[in-house]
Parts: sequence; structure tokens; C-alpha cells
Amino acid sequence: MSPTLHTDRDYEADLKLLRERLLLMAGRVEEMIECSVRAVAERDPALAKATIEADHKVNRAEIEIDELCMLVLVKRQPMATDLRFVTLALKMVTDLERIGDLAVNICERAIDLAPFPLLKPCEEVPRMAELVQGMVKGAIDAFVSRDAASAEAVMESDDEVDESYHSLFRKTLSLMIDDPRLVERGIHLQSVAKYLERMGDHATNLAEHVIFMIRAKDVRHAGKLDG
Amino acid sequence: MELRPGDKTKISVEDLSFFYGKSQALKANNLCIAEHRITALIGPSGCGKSTHIRSYNRMFELYPGQRATGRIMMDGLNLLDPRSIDGIQLRSRVGMVFQKPTPFPMSIWDNVAFGLKLQGIRGPELEERSVQALQDAALWDEVKDRLRAPGLSLSGGQQQRLCIARALAVRPEVLLLDEPASALDPIATARVEELIRGMRGSYTVVLVTHNMQQAARVSDYTAFFYLGELVEHAPTDQLFTFPKERRTEEYITGKFG
Repeated sequence: MSPTLHTDRDYEADLKLLRERLLLMAGRVEEMIECSVRAVAERDPALAKATIEADHKVNRAEIEIDELCMLVLVKRQPMATDLRFVTLALKMVTDLERIGDLAVNICERAIDLAPFPLLKPCEEVPRMAELVQGMVKGAIDAFVSRDAASAEAVMESDDEVDESYHSLFRKTLSLMIDDPRLVERGIHLQSVAKYLERMGDHATNLAEHVIFMIRAKDVRHAGKLDG
Repeated sequence: MELRPGDKTKISVEDLSFFYGKSQALKANNLCIAEHRITALIGPSGCGKSTHIRSYNRMFELYPGQRATGRIMMDGLNLLDPRSIDGIQLRSRVGMVFQKPTPFPMSIWDNVAFGLKLQGIRGPELEERSVQALQDAALWDEVKDRLRAPGLSLSGGQQQRLCIARALAVRPEVLLLDEPASALDPIATARVEELIRGMRGSYTVVLVTHNMQQAARVSDYTAFFYLGELVEHAPTDQLFTFPKERRTEEYITGKFG
């Protein structure tokens, strides 16, 4: 936001509250990513279950933020930066909530995988998770600091996530071809990687929304919607 | 600012400054008004937006000590220059409706017919154009059975539409609306806004409003005034979502004062 405050202090407070709630929700989602991946890597079904439990907080945050946005829209009819901020918040919560759901999916796979020894390609999961977490964090930091350049950096990281996914997929596939007894575990592991890859896509959405808020320039679909 | 492709300039304001005695109310405004489009002027009280449009039909001539400099060009005429166009002719081409409804103390019918009679129009044409104006102002159905009733017997919203009908009757090319809906309830406001939107394509409308949502709803272009300066003029959708000027941004997001 521009450093000048709104003349109406209640309005200022509403927008501040909205910003804080979004940050809190994003923080929870980042934590969920970390826990879900740790549950896979450390074969910890208890952590997986606890993380699945925690998802309701993210879901509730989505609803609360949506309601707050509607209230701001109806009471204040925001304009310009404020309008872009509120519409951004409405979209960000959807992506954040989806990332939370994907973390739940990873936890479900963690529970399935827990009884078995880890497959070798599993070593790549923490690296992928780190990238994705970095993307979500980067998008949120860019949002807080209104820094479009770091949001662009987030979008670039997505290629690396995609590469990791493909590499992990191929390695797991060869394992399964060599030893069909590994198929069940292999498929679970591929799913974990797919979920992380999807998280990267949602993080990219977050970054695109942030760039729109700051620059008022739509970078979705690489600006190729004409024709 | 350049108008959007396909839009033509109807009025070109060039270096318009305005003085109330020694105090300068407008500072070298440059603005083009698109033909057959709705242009909204917004800005805080005292920013000069009303003064600006009152220059278009030389309302200030009636008050000593007020003067305008610069040029307001319309179809090759400088509207500020009495030798270029006389006041009566000017005001029939550039009509105006004020914030407070100002029906004349006469019947509904005579209010609408007033300007036409001044122009020497009589008989069936007078009748036809008066009815047309009441229809265009979306008032006909409400008053057709009581055309002889005093204009002042109408509700506030109806009075305002009567004033718009009176202005439309003489078929002005440009219609200046100075806060036409600020004294009306939401329903009457919606009617007036609908009416203004309906003028798009046939009239060039300049609307002064404090209500930014109204400007966003009805206008094609919006100009933001501050302290007598024209700060920003842009297509309305752009101005309210991505203003270019910091002062516009601060005003429309409520960060002034």
C-alpha cells in the first residue's frame, strides 16, 4: 500500500486486518507443505494425521477472508490499488486453500507409504518441497513488500519444479519396470511429486496475482489471450 | 490524453484559466470532450470542476468580476468569445442542469415548452418536441395525465427529470450536468443515471459528480480535478482501476485530508 493512510481509519483497519489474515493463512499453508513432506520423508503417519487435521484452519481462513473481502466491497467500494488488493485477496485465498488441500493429499500418501522402506527417488522430494515452499513464501513476501521483481522470480522457479517432477517420475518409473513389487509405492511417490508440482502451479498463480496488484499488468497465460 | 479509437473531439478546452476577482479557480486546464460520449468530472469540493463546466456556456458572464481566459473550441467556434457565439445561441447548443432541481413556477408542460417557445417554435412541432423531450427524460408516463399541474408539485426526482426534459427539448449538442443526482434518493438516482447512459450516442454529456461510483457507472471518460488543475483524464475503466497519477490514486482510494 502507499504510505499515505486512508482518511477513514476504520477502512484502513479493515484493509490491515485483511492483509494480516492473508499472511496468517499463507504461513499456515507453508507449514502444511513442510509437515506433509516431512511425513513422507520420515515415514511419520502421526505427523501426517495431525497435518490433515490442521487443514480445517486453512479452510476456515478462506471463508473468513472471503467474507471480509465482501464486506469491504460492499461498505467501501474500493478503487484503484485497494480494488486490486481486495480482488487479489479473493483469488489468493483460493490458491492458498488448494495448496493446503494438496498438502493433505501428500499426507494421505505419507500414511500409505509409511509401512514401507523409502524408495531411492524419494530423496528428491525434500528438494522439490523446498522449491515449492520457497515459491509460496516468495509470492507472499512479494505481496507484502510490493515487489514485482521477486514475484517474477517465483514464476521462474516453477520451471525447476517441473523438471524435478519429470526427473522423479522417470526414475520411479524405471524402478517399477525393474521390480513390479515396487509399483504400489512407486505410484504413491509419483503422486506426491505430482501434488508438489501442482502446488508450484498455484504458487505461480499467486505470483501472477501479486504482479497484477503492483503493476496493474495481467501476466496470466503469458498475456497471450488475444485472438 | 488521446481519445479512444473511433471517438471524436467535440469540445477542445485549451489553457482555460478562471478568476473570481483576483482568486484563480482554474489553472490552464486542457481537456478534450469526446462527441456523443459521457465525460465525468470528479474531485473534492472547490477543485474547480463546476467552474470548469460553467465556462462552457459562459454562465459566469452574468456575474461581474468573473472572467475566463484561454479557449474553448467547439466546431471551430470559441465558446468563450461573445463575438464568436452569442450567449442565447450558446446556451441552446450547450444546455445545463443543476444540482438542485429548478423547475420554473409554471406547469409541467410549460416548463418543457419554455425553451422551444423562446426559439419561436409553435403548433404541432412544439407539441411533438415537448412530448418527445418528456419521453426522452423518462418522465412521460408519470406526467402525461397531469401536464397542467405545476412543475413544483412533482417529487424531487421527477423535478430533476423535468429539468433534463426542458434541457433536451431544445436539442442541445452538449449537455452539462452539475451533480444532477446528488439530491435524489437511490431509485430516482438510478432513473437519472439510466437516462444519462441513454444519451450516449446522441448527446455529448459532461457530468460533474461527487459520487465516484456514479462516474464509474455512467461515464466513458473521467477527468480528475484538484485545486483548479486537471490532474488526470482517462477512459473511466482505466482511471478507477489503474490511475496513472498519484494524486488521483490518493483521492479515489480516500487518502486525502
